[in-house]
Amino acid sequence: MTTENKATSIRFENVSYIYSPDTPFEKRALDCINTEIEGGVITGLIGHTGSGKSTLVQLMNGLLKPTCGKVYVGGRDIWEDPKKIREFRFRVGLVFQYPEYQLFEETIYKDIAFGPSNMGLDEAEIKARVLESLDFVGLDASMLDKSPFDLSGGQKRRVAIAGIMAMRPEVLVLDEPAAGLDPRGREEILGGVHEYQRRSGSTVIIVSHSMEDMAKYADRLLVMKGAEVIKNGDCHEIFAESETLTSIGLDVPQITRFMKALAARGVDVPADIFTVDEAAAALLPLLRKEGGASC
Amino acid sequence: MNNTPYIKAEHVSFAYKNDDSGDVQVLRDVSFEIARGEFVAVLGHNGSGKSTLAKLLNMILSPSEGRIYIDGEEITSPDFTEEDLFRIRRKIGMVFQNPDNQLVATIVEEDIAFGPENLGTTPAEIRARVDEALAAVGMTAFARHSPHQLSGGQKQRIAIAGIIAMLPECIIFDESTAMLDPSGREEVMETIEKLNRERGITVLHITHNMNEAVRADRILVVNDGQILIDGKPREVFSHVEELKAVGLDVPQVTELMWKLRGQGIALPANIIDEEEGADLLASLIRGEQSK
Amino acid sequence: MLKDITLGQYFPGTSPLHKLDPRMKIILTVIYIVDILFASNIWSFLLVSLFTVGLVLISTIPPKIVIKGLKPLIFIIAFTVIFNIFWTEGDHLLLSAGPVKIYLEGIMYAIFMIVRVVALLAGTCVVLTYTTSPIALTDGLEQLLSPLKKLRLPVHEFSMMMTIALRFIPTLVEETDKIMSAQKARGADFESGSLISRAKALVPILIPLFVSAFRRADDLAVAMECRCYRGGEGRSKMTALHFTGRDFLWLGIFLLFGAAVILINRFAPGISL
Repeated sequence: MTTENKATSIRFENVSYIYSPDTPFEKRALDCINTEIEGGVITGLIGHTGSGKSTLVQLMNGLLKPTCGKVYVGGRDIWEDPKKIREFRFRVGLVFQYPEYQLFEETIYKDIAFGPSNMGLDEAEIKARVLESLDFVGLDASMLDKSPFDLSGGQKRRVAIAGIMAMRPEVLVLDEPAAGLDPRGREEILGGVHEYQRRSGSTVIIVSHSMEDMAKYADRLLVMKGAEVIKNGDCHEIFAESETLTSIGLDVPQITRFMKALAARGVDVPADIFTVDEAAAALLPLLRKEGGASC
Repeated sequence: MNNTPYIKAEHVSFAYKNDDSGDVQVLRDVSFEIARGEFVAVLGHNGSGKSTLAKLLNMILSPSEGRIYIDGEEITSPDFTEEDLFRIRRKIGMVFQNPDNQLVATIVEEDIAFGPENLGTTPAEIRARVDEALAAVGMTAFARHSPHQLSGGQKQRIAIAGIIAMLPECIIFDESTAMLDPSGREEVMETIEKLNRERGITVLHITHNMNEAVRADRILVVNDGQILIDGKPREVFSHVEELKAVGLDVPQVTELMWKLRGQGIALPANIIDEEEGADLLASLIRGEQSK
Repeated sequence: MLKDITLGQYFPGTSPLHKLDPRMKIILTVIYIVDILFASNIWSFLLVSLFTVGLVLISTIPPKIVIKGLKPLIFIIAFTVIFNIFWTEGDHLLLSAGPVKIYLEGIMYAIFMIVRVVALLAGTCVVLTYTTSPIALTDGLEQLLSPLKKLRLPVHEFSMMMTIALRFIPTLVEETDKIMSAQKARGADFESGSLISRAKALVPILIPLFVSAFRRADDLAVAMECRCYRGGEGRSKMTALHFTGRDFLWLGIFLLFGAAVILINRFAPGISL
């Protein structure tokens, strides 16, 4: 990856989006969004179904055009020249929900190569990218000639994600990449994405409903509610104000609720804990004192 | 009340034929009993055989070995006729994973009527059952809606209503929450609990989500075609290492207690609730401070 | 874009036409079509026009919608009009320019044709498709055709297929939209290139769509089996259809209309076909 790819940010300036405008079915999905998604980190995009998350991600690569306002990718207005919008499809790679349902080629190789060949790359470059992205999602190169339809559900999804990674996007956006998977499947996919981000240094955005997953993998959080972005900040900051999340009906990790319950019982613990390891680290000294005393 | 278990599986195995690698063994020598009115979660990762187990209980699949009894009646018996099969399917309803793929009609109430219609119920009786089933899942206001206007959770509730209208004794939920968002999951879980509590419907909830399994009376953990652990949620989740080894989660509080125990702190293994855990830890820490 | 396609075109309402038994509506539509085909002179065509306008008004469907629904007919109408005007010969020559001769009869025939086609479609729409929900229509058709079951025709299966198709069309339309977006995100281009390359560009949409449709069909079959479905035999219906006085009143009206058309054809002289 080239260094200029790093830290591509996405900025929304007064962006609104209305579905079926001027009809009885008119629906305002986004209402005057002003926010920036930081480059070079993993941002978790959270909010209820219908809060505008899916619309927001489709604006990032120009699949949807804002009803008003501007979207900047790496500082450039993506709709400056509508004829060049396809360029942004490659710069901002979007993985839809249940992406395994978009596989269509005879072999895994050809399917992953679909995006890169649409970019007009030469065969050698395509091959290099297919192999690289296959590695990112943890699949073996011996599978390349197999049909994607013979794979298990979780493997199909990984192939689909590799198909986007192979475009080497500056920004990778994943809409609920772990939906419907069991804990191990979730970890494989999200762990893979995490690894990919750390190695490539690119910008990653993950839409998710799972606070536990976001606590584990995201650096920053963007919280949406009713067509608006209501929070955009560091994970610690946002989980520390867990009341805000609970008040809009979003869950916080059980461990955060547990630490709050401890604090309510008069135990002096930090408020911004959201993983089990952090909790254990915070509690051990308090409990050790007791252990030491009884020895 | 009689004492025969409502569902009983004896040494059940299931394998299917695969062109490449011969037989694939999905379930091996599984035995269990489920009492009438029980709420049992079947927990396992994808491919553990948990869904196959469900499909055996109303004979969508038949076991390659072993016997299955429903309400004392052996459904795997060779004398079991097609008529008997329909009788069993009425008693044991099934709700599937994809909310879009199990609704038949273009109008909600017509869909709920589908089951009773198949049974040849009289029109007046069907009407009454449809209204009652809609009320039971809290969807009366949506009777004349079209399914594609509903959210995932609402569609699943309609699917449940379609089963209730057949007056079942048991409902199997085959990963019915896996494709839903958290609020949809909650809607469905609350509906399940209500049916179990208020109507005494036996529930088998197949899932890989431990937060849902915690809410059951009992959990069967399935791994590699076998039952790994069978017990009350507290007991089951105290097996932290075993569960983690087969790719399943435990409640975060349980995991925390387990980690602290690993550091030499004396804590019980069977805490699954955050309030209970907080009480315990707070008293331990305060006990120290007051000394 | 695909979401704009409306199927079945049902507009819910409470007009007298909405309230009719779907079976009667199918019968009325057949009678209406026959009546219109009977019309053959200027007076009977006038009656047909008035009757059709009356139906549209009673249906409470906005005339704008009915007119919009006629749009696909423009080419057929234009073609028949031109054909009739230029190729009909009669006694009253109106215009003659070289080989082109236009007769009064030609113009009248053209008008008759317009009235016939427009009345046919508008009437069918307001009596049947605009005022009957697709499911009621399927039900009505099944019950009306049920005597054919004795001839071993799969009437129930046909109506079940219709119902399921109606149920899944919105789902599949939505899915198509989603797959299209997903492939566009991989740089697929559906809007430019030659006809052949555009047809090729559809492969990444059609294959996933078929795969998914088959998966859905599989799932649905199992779900239906679990709900004790085993074909039409032994099935009952939640809403049994009953003819009421209202249905017979409308049957009378349509029959009278037919009789009036025939009588006018015979006894009221005028320009005729």
